[in-house]
Amino acid sequence: MPSKRYRRLLASRQFALREPDEKMTVASQGNAPAPGETQAFKLRGGSYTLLVLQLVDLKNPNFFQWLLDKIAQAPNFYRHAPVVLDLEGLAGSGPFNFAELGRRLRQHKLVPVGVQNGTEEQNQGAINAGMSVFPMWRAAQPLEEPAVAKPSAEPPAKPSAEPPAKPSANQSVKPSEPPVQADGGTTLVTKPIRSGRQVYAQQGDLVVLSTVSAGAELLADGHVHVYGALRGRALAGVSGDTSARIFCRSLQAELVSIAGHWLVREDMDDHLIGRTVQIYLKGDLLVIEPMS
Amino acid sequence: MSKIIVMTSGKGGVGKTTSAASFAAGLALRGHKTVVVDFDVGLRNLDLVMGCERRVVFDFINVINGDARLKQALIRDKRVENLWILPTSQTRDKNALTKPGVERVLGALRQEFDFIICDSPAGIEKGALMALYFSDEAVIVTNPEISSVRDSDRILGVLASRSRRAELEMEPVKEHLLLTRYDLNRVETGEMLTVDDVMEILAIPLLGVVPESQSVLRASNLGSPVILDSASQPGQAYADAVGRFLGDSLEHRFLTAERRGIFQRLLRRSA
Repeated sequence: MPSKRYRRLLASRQFALREPDEKMTVASQGNAPAPGETQAFKLRGGSYTLLVLQLVDLKNPNFFQWLLDKIAQAPNFYRHAPVVLDLEGLAGSGPFNFAELGRRLRQHKLVPVGVQNGTEEQNQGAINAGMSVFPMWRAAQPLEEPAVAKPSAEPPAKPSAEPPAKPSANQSVKPSEPPVQADGGTTLVTKPIRSGRQVYAQQGDLVVLSTVSAGAELLADGHVHVYGALRGRALAGVSGDTSARIFCRSLQAELVSIAGHWLVREDMDDHLIGRTVQIYLKGDLLVIEPMS
Repeated sequence: MSKIIVMTSGKGGVGKTTSAASFAAGLALRGHKTVVVDFDVGLRNLDLVMGCERRVVFDFINVINGDARLKQALIRDKRVENLWILPTSQTRDKNALTKPGVERVLGALRQEFDFIICDSPAGIEKGALMALYFSDEAVIVTNPEISSVRDSDRILGVLASRSRRAELEMEPVKEHLLLTRYDLNRVETGEMLTVDDVMEILAIPLLGVVPESQSVLRASNLGSPVILDSASQPGQAYADAVGRFLGDSLEHRFLTAERRGIFQRLLRRSA
């Protein structure tokens, strides 16, 4: 089934190219521009959503035919798309020719840029074929799986790619995060959200502990919770989830919206202003209900 | 033939938004279908001064981006017939104003309205340039002090060189001077420039002089254009300015301090 072999990862898993904390080592080798001289380049970080091609059975004679069929469904989407090869399904199948695989993929107008979940041997093969090894951030792998099952799943590059180490209390929390949460968990904001700012919790809920000023805008694919005064705009279920709700301690909002149905301040009942309320969708009707 | 009028100044805090709100309301009161458009993306205030901030759903930027139709973003004023407001976005910045986008929206407004008042942001950067670019006429809002006058001079230069009319070598943008926050007492003591001083430097026709007054701040707080407060001096001054703009021949008022006895002063103060 080709559809199981690759999937498009939306914002759920992003591979970030991070800027190194220190200057490039080149700088110490005498070729670096002197202060005041113009720079030849700038090194910046950027994060992109990439396709992941999960390889399950390379030896299947229909592999490339199925791939072709898949690409034919949306040729513009796939044309010259960078893909990451997930090698987890090939863990037991030993070495294979990366250069040949890369060549075949490029024939199909896919650009393999790297691998993930490979064995050390596979990773080396990928590097030799001009690909990169992607660290497994918080990929949706069940963490309780015994480590021996994939002894070298973690490429050596990982430590440098992680954010700077934090106190141990934080680190012990991270591994216990359920992997599902990584796919758009809850976004927590503790500082006041000033006029003009926009906060978007993609694929998840938004919890704001502070005041949301007039002219600020909260957006979430899930619920919105505001524990300070809500004076700006709050939009829940912005990707169409009609079951999303807005909860706020003090309703003074300019506008509230759930799944595209909105209510402006002028249309809110005066006796609800300043109250602790929940807002939800009942059919096509936006309901503001005090919570005592 | 509809006209696009920009309210601009270069300097901030001189009363562009107050003037735009009153000017638009004044034109509407005279029976012209008028819309006032907020170009101050990211620092929107026009909706507050017009008292419609509680009714904003979509804005100018949504229309530019095609997220909303013009009809959805236009807000009809509840007090004045023929008056509409196009609010802007607070969460975006001036880069959201693209020349083709602004042109398309203003073009659509031209089909519907007699007058389109563009409330410009301060400065001479993108937002201000976009507000003035398509204008047919410009009202330069100036305070009687040197920094404001110098900035007005600068913006007049920008109008003459970087507006659409200048680029296409059409008839230049028609310029009008609106002197606001004119404090008679400080002018008399020499702390502020007189009307004549300002006119000598800027040398453009004077549309009106709006005296400094508490009633302007009071009107802003109420969300009601000061021109609707017809008992106030600024309200009358704006009405006069609109009249002159439409071709009425009116004497300038409020240019000299009226001699008042102590009794009258007390009366006025308590009023």
